[in-house]
Amino acid sequence: MEYIILIISAILVNNIVFAQTLGICPFLGVSSKISSSVGMGAAVVFVITLATLVTFLLNQYVLVPLELGFLQTIVYILVIAALVQMVEIILKKVSPSLYSALGIFLPLITTNCAVLGVALLVIQKNFNLLQSVVYGFSTAVGFGLALVIMAGIREQLELASVPRGMKGSPITLVTAGILALAFMGFANLV
Amino acid sequence: MKKKESTLKNMLSSLAIVAGISGVCLGFVYGLTKDRIDAAAQAKKENALRAVLPPFDNEKTETLDMASPDDANRRIEVFKAYQGETLVGVAVNCYTMKGFGGEIDLMAGILPDGTLNKVSVLNMSETPGLGTKMTDPGFYAQFEGKHPASFDMKVKKDGGDVDAITSATISSRAYCDALERAYKIFNQVVANN
Amino acid sequence: MSARINQWKNFSKGILKENPALVLMLGMCPTLAVTSSAVNGLGMGLATTFVLVLSNMLISAIKTQVPDKVRIPCFIVVIAAFVTVVDLLIKGFLPALGESLGVFIPLIVVNCIVLGRAEAFASKNGVFSSFLDGLGMGLGFTLALTVLGIIREALGAGSFFGSKFIEGDGIIVFILAPGAFIALGFLVALVRRLSGK
Repeated sequence: MEYIILIISAILVNNIVFAQTLGICPFLGVSSKISSSVGMGAAVVFVITLATLVTFLLNQYVLVPLELGFLQTIVYILVIAALVQMVEIILKKVSPSLYSALGIFLPLITTNCAVLGVALLVIQKNFNLLQSVVYGFSTAVGFGLALVIMAGIREQLELASVPRGMKGSPITLVTAGILALAFMGFANLV
Repeated sequence: MKKKESTLKNMLSSLAIVAGISGVCLGFVYGLTKDRIDAAAQAKKENALRAVLPPFDNEKTETLDMASPDDANRRIEVFKAYQGETLVGVAVNCYTMKGFGGEIDLMAGILPDGTLNKVSVLNMSETPGLGTKMTDPGFYAQFEGKHPASFDMKVKKDGGDVDAITSATISSRAYCDALERAYKIFNQVVANN
Repeated sequence: MSARINQWKNFSKGILKENPALVLMLGMCPTLAVTSSAVNGLGMGLATTFVLVLSNMLISAIKTQVPDKVRIPCFIVVIAAFVTVVDLLIKGFLPALGESLGVFIPLIVVNCIVLGRAEAFASKNGVFSSFLDGLGMGLGFTLALTVLGIIREALGAGSFFGSKFIEGDGIIVFILAPGAFIALGFLVALVRRLSGK
């Protein structure tokens, strides 16, 4: 039950994009087509889950015992960068078809603040290992969901006539704001 | 100057040098700021103690380190404050995991007869403008001077007496949850006396 | 003379013409997340400026010593080190600000502005130009964050830098996430209109 609440709250109530405003750069950048947003979403789910697992273990068993907590940021970002590289290399060897689908999004993920954000948040929230991984996974699913919904809307928006000054990013931001309002409706779910 | 070649040796050495120097510098800055960071945390705790308890003698506080009733690995600090020889209050540095933004840490000051004196929030990551209103008197004043026997510390939605913060029921509920845990600890402390 | 004009351009372009947050649309996460009050916006902007200026200068200084292929990891380490320094300093000297900015200080590492300027400017230009570029970009970012913070705080909480000018609550949604998106959307549109694009 506890985990169901955790999952629902991470996907809908505390949606990483709409409630916590993390991962906005890729959210604005890659949400113009449904197909590419699905690819990006999948790549992010993969990397966030893995990164949360690795950084959590590293923090628990290396940084905290050695009292090197102040190196957290550096270590985390290096782990994430290395992980993204590794995933890219492995994917290329093991599943070229998946690689060609996700490949172009992978390098972008290093600077997706959602990844580092989740890794830091699970420490702040005092989660245990399983909670952290579940939280990381569902947060990433929430990110993918936000991306796909946004892409669906933007594909329609292409056809609409938007005032000149609002074209492009302003209208996208305002649309995201309205979506975020809608997501606030989930607040009483948990 | 010529750009260094991307040979393996060059790549590894430059990465190692950059990482090494950064690590050493950080260690240095950490050493410089550590005391201040600790002092700031300590000052915050002391201020919270002063705020939630009636006046007490500084040197006469007794600090207990107790296990949380819900999680044996989680420690909760309890401060017993005396003036002269009389116990004037117990402050419990309590927590809840049920906040909207995860954990909320608060200091609850309880008088020896079980009346809640004052509460101070130490740490939280609630939604600005909604959950953060738990630090406004409009919310916390309703708890002051109340005894759990006559004032059920649960939000009205759950059948208690607490007026929840408008559109922040989760945060209000979490606040009550932390107080409930504080009282569990308080009762243990009183029983041990 | 023309050299001086160029230096001035390195500094001034970040403030309006290439404002990172409002024109280049970089560093969106902190722009949206911490601008719920003017003070937070200002604090975040200055913290980012500090990192940006120092990392730009250092990266420009070491650019010839770093082989191309490990350029990005090296830059990231340098940036992460400066970010941690800022994080520690804020926690030690301004604990209240540190608490309200929370996890967003370490997240300066992945702020695309910082790595973006390192890659696009500092790795190609001299130390002094990189300093000016970092300062201009940082101040532009600070300006954008502060203005957005002022707007959101005024509408959402009815206060200006913490001092209330109306009784009771404002339009709360403006200090929440949806208000951040909407306010930024209109601000970007306004800046475009003013700059005549």
